[in-house]
Amino acid sequence: MMKNITAIAVLLVTVGFGTQLAAEPISSLRGATDIDQDSSAAAAKRYNKDEEPIARDYVQQPPLIPHKIKNYRINLKSNKCMSCHSWSNYREANATKISQTHFESRDKNVLANVSARRYFCTQCHVPQVGAEPLVENSFQPVTAITGK
Amino acid sequence: MSKNTKECNDMILCRVWQVLKKPSVKYSLGTLLIVGFISGIVFWGGFNTAMEMTNNEEFCISCHEMEDNVYQEYKETVHYSNRTGVRATCPDCHVPKEWRHKVIRKIQASNELLHKALGTIDTREKFEAKRLKLAGNVWRAMEATDSRECRNCHNFEFMDFTEQGRRAVQAHDKGISAGKTCIDCHKGIAHELPDMHDVDPGSSIGDI
Repeated sequence: MMKNITAIAVLLVTVGFGTQLAAEPISSLRGATDIDQDSSAAAAKRYNKDEEPIARDYVQQPPLIPHKIKNYRINLKSNKCMSCHSWSNYREANATKISQTHFESRDKNVLANVSARRYFCTQCHVPQVGAEPLVENSFQPVTAITGK
Repeated sequence: MSKNTKECNDMILCRVWQVLKKPSVKYSLGTLLIVGFISGIVFWGGFNTAMEMTNNEEFCISCHEMEDNVYQEYKETVHYSNRTGVRATCPDCHVPKEWRHKVIRKIQASNELLHKALGTIDTREKFEAKRLKLAGNVWRAMEATDSRECRNCHNFEFMDFTEQGRRAVQAHDKGISAGKTCIDCHKGIAHELPDMHDVDPGSSIGDI
């Protein structure tokens, strides 16, 4: 008898839960669009135009790129970023020079030119689009950065 | 004169010259002038039409060396596809507009025909191996002419600096005062750069 009651209770709860689930529309990354409908594409984001350098949000953050980098090629033959940010060009270009940490190999040997593991700038440094955060957050930079 | 004709008996070129030297007996001066004038127009027009036929993108990329290498790279750049849909095709940058310079460039192009026949850059590998030399030729030509072909469209005097980005204003301002020419900074804007290690050691990783 006790067994039966438990079974009925479990059944009721499961059915009740199931109905409740079915009542709420499933919301996935593609939004509430039905599976047989085409969802509309999000508006293309535009890269920010030239700006002043952007302050870091945390101390270890690779500085963000405050300008467009469209068609800037980085390959073994040349690195467009370095035509302004290299130590030989930064003064004339009035640009930030790459940090000396970029000259270190992974064994901490200091090299004469940029280390291969630091050569592909956009692995860490990225340009920005005017996109709103997808998820709200209350992150605040440390006072060492803000000075407040 | 009879002495000359005698000497000429066996030589065709010499006989033709003798005929050309004589005044016309058969045709009036008016006929000669009119026929000369009209055929002049036809030949001049024909010459320029033929030259223009070799002066468009379709002709340039009829060689696979151009189509497979530089053309594919150019298709990624702003001179091929951009906001307003204005395009610069191969001859806009690589062939001077002014007639005299254009003819000189076209004569120089006979060297390119020779190397097409020799197959100097008929594979991607051969082309890559020659890229620094070939790019260097174009850079030198542009330096020598103060980037004449760029300036057919782009001119310092008509640039509105207030419309330019922060970095562009700075660089153009400096460039004008230093008497620089477009190609000094704008290398590799329409095609991939060669290995830049020898040109600007700081901007290339060189041999690892």
